[in-house]
Amino acid sequence: MSQFTSDFWDLYVALISLASILACGVFLKMQSVRKAGEVDTTGHTWDEDLSELDNPLPRWWAWLFYLTIAFSLVYLVLYPGLGSYRGTLGWTQVGQLEEENKAANAEFGPIYDKFASQPIEVVAKNAEASAIGQKLFLNHCAQCHASDGGGSRGFPNLTDKDWLWGGTPEAIKASITNGRMGVMPPLGAALGEQGSKDVAHYVLSLSGSANDSIRKARGEPLFKSTCAACHGADGKGNPLLGAPNLSDAIWLHGSGEQAILEQVAKGRQNQMPAHKDFLSAAKIHLLTAYVYSLSQGYSLSQGAAPPGK
Amino acid sequence: MKVAVPAEIRLYAADKKIYPRAVHGWFAAWRWLLVWGTQLVFYGGAWLTWNDRQAILFDIAHRKFYILGLVFWPQDVIYLAVLLIICALSLFLFTAVAGRLWCGYACPQTVYTEIFLWVERMIEGERNKRIRLDRDPLHVRKAALKTAKHAAWIAIALWTGFTFVGYFTPIRELGSEMLALAAGPWETFWILFYGFATYGNAGWMREQVCTYMCPYARFQSAMFDKDTLVITYDAKRGEPRGARSRSADDRHLGDCVNCGICVQVCPTGIDIRNGLQYQCIGCTACIDGCNDVMDRVGAPRGLIRYSTQNALERHLTPAQTLARALRPRVLVYASILAAIVIGAAIGLYARVPLKVDVIRDRAAIAREVEGGRIENVYRLQIMNTAEAKRTFEISAAGLPTLEIAGASRVELEGTASRMVPVRLRVQPGAAAAGTHRIEFAVSAIGAEGVEVREKSVFIIR
Repeated sequence: MSQFTSDFWDLYVALISLASILACGVFLKMQSVRKAGEVDTTGHTWDEDLSELDNPLPRWWAWLFYLTIAFSLVYLVLYPGLGSYRGTLGWTQVGQLEEENKAANAEFGPIYDKFASQPIEVVAKNAEASAIGQKLFLNHCAQCHASDGGGSRGFPNLTDKDWLWGGTPEAIKASITNGRMGVMPPLGAALGEQGSKDVAHYVLSLSGSANDSIRKARGEPLFKSTCAACHGADGKGNPLLGAPNLSDAIWLHGSGEQAILEQVAKGRQNQMPAHKDFLSAAKIHLLTAYVYSLSQGYSLSQGAAPPGK
Repeated sequence: MKVAVPAEIRLYAADKKIYPRAVHGWFAAWRWLLVWGTQLVFYGGAWLTWNDRQAILFDIAHRKFYILGLVFWPQDVIYLAVLLIICALSLFLFTAVAGRLWCGYACPQTVYTEIFLWVERMIEGERNKRIRLDRDPLHVRKAALKTAKHAAWIAIALWTGFTFVGYFTPIRELGSEMLALAAGPWETFWILFYGFATYGNAGWMREQVCTYMCPYARFQSAMFDKDTLVITYDAKRGEPRGARSRSADDRHLGDCVNCGICVQVCPTGIDIRNGLQYQCIGCTACIDGCNDVMDRVGAPRGLIRYSTQNALERHLTPAQTLARALRPRVLVYASILAAIVIGAAIGLYARVPLKVDVIRDRAAIAREVEGGRIENVYRLQIMNTAEAKRTFEISAAGLPTLEIAGASRVELEGTASRMVPVRLRVQPGAAAAGTHRIEFAVSAIGAEGVEVREKSVFIIR
């Protein structure tokens, strides 16, 4: 690791850089005169007898070369380039990034900020805010929740009224800001194979799905003792824990006996990442309003009228 | 006695300033006509309006390029490619027929040099006066003349820079911003940059741009052949050259009176009598100059003229020379050029002012919704490239029971684009699991023929 810690390599790089630049100047000086009496061609010959005359170039051309040498020396004084020397301007990549971010925030910040003080319910009905929210949604959310917010298997649908963690503006904002971690423990070992199946059939019965009534009857007490702590005695879920409502026809991880059985037996860890580190509060506010509007049935940014109207 | 030879030769030499003498004549008139033509278009074009907007505006910030009634988007870059191909082929064609026509008549370097030389001549006087003025030590009159010249040059250069920037930012707004000294930093930079380039290139660099900097000047000699019209000194007729005297017997002399006018008028400082040289930009000043002299000495015109290598070697008549212009090479260039121009014109005429990109959601492949129906989600980027507000109807076909869930109409302002999420649904069992080809159609309501079809896929799992 000495090459990363020793000062020697800094000097080595700096020295080679400077020597090369100066050598360019010396080389240029040497090459700008030639002995008289030689043939006035470059010495290159093509197609047997085509040769190129070595006529003088304009003098300003040589000055341009010297100018590049002067430029590179000035550059190396002002900017980092010689080993660990930092340059007199104190320029850094990180500094430039921060500066540009600052400039961008100063320019675009007010666009987001003007909605920050308005309540979500109001922002959700604003067409301009909705257009911005849609763009944010497409950039940050659509990969999992789909471009229309309709979700997919494992990724909740945001356009219905069914919420794992609550659909109030505050709850949505908390989900986006801090993320969510939905955990269901694997219960296969505790319930046993038959017990798991019985519970699955009881769960099926909660939403009125087809089920085996004997298994359902056997599963009910198991459900009450094992599952009700999170999903509630009536299976209607608990948004404080992110426990889904089992009594509706919405199945995040698939419907039917097999899917439920697997869920019961193996459990689930489902994560929504936190966005507070890379989205400003004002952007999260707009995003919250957009997501809220999806479930409220406004279609502002879609700009689309219902068919036939 | 030995001649003292310098021991070494400098490979970077100071320039010798060229003082081209003014010429008048048939070709000079043509050149001025083209100066007026090109500059009227350039300086005037920016001020034209069309439908309450600037007629020619390249709005880089909004990625919209307005040319008269057309609005180009970055997606139309193919038309730029076609334009460049047309330019290149025209260059091939013109160069094959008559050499460096572009350099001599239409190149901005030639045109602005011509304008700047005219200013110089108006202020400092003809060639002799300019040479004398430059030799003189500085005196009040010289300082005044030079100041006036540079002031005039700078004024023209700044106006040129302003006009140039006026094609990228609305010129009327730019004008009022300039008057209020409130032009943006980039606009100011580009006005000054382009102004400086004009001033430097047309005032100071002049022929050096052509001889040292321009790549086209060098590679066009590859497009010459023995039937290409180039500016030629007829050595058979002219040599041996020499000045006339009334008493002496001049019969052994050729028509060239060795007056040196052809060298004095040359903007690149060459002697055309040495044959075709790479510095020759084909400006024809030497033809006009020589014809004038021939008229005065009573010899026929055309000692220096447009001619070809074959014409000189085989003593072809002008008619025969021109007939050779229609050789296969020229005909091939011309027909390819004509085909591309016609194709581009048809393409522009038939252009549909609507663009649609379909992007299928990648992560969420297919989802099951109420009733076991399968749903796929797409983003449709709809771009209304017309300048009028329009409503578009979206439809999709390719699978039984395929339908759009939700709204299928979208309204767009003129030259606006919008991303619309579209959900497509099929009934359970409508098709086998797998990938199915489908097609979106987006059509403008109330505008016949404004329709775009885009292919995509629907996935069932």
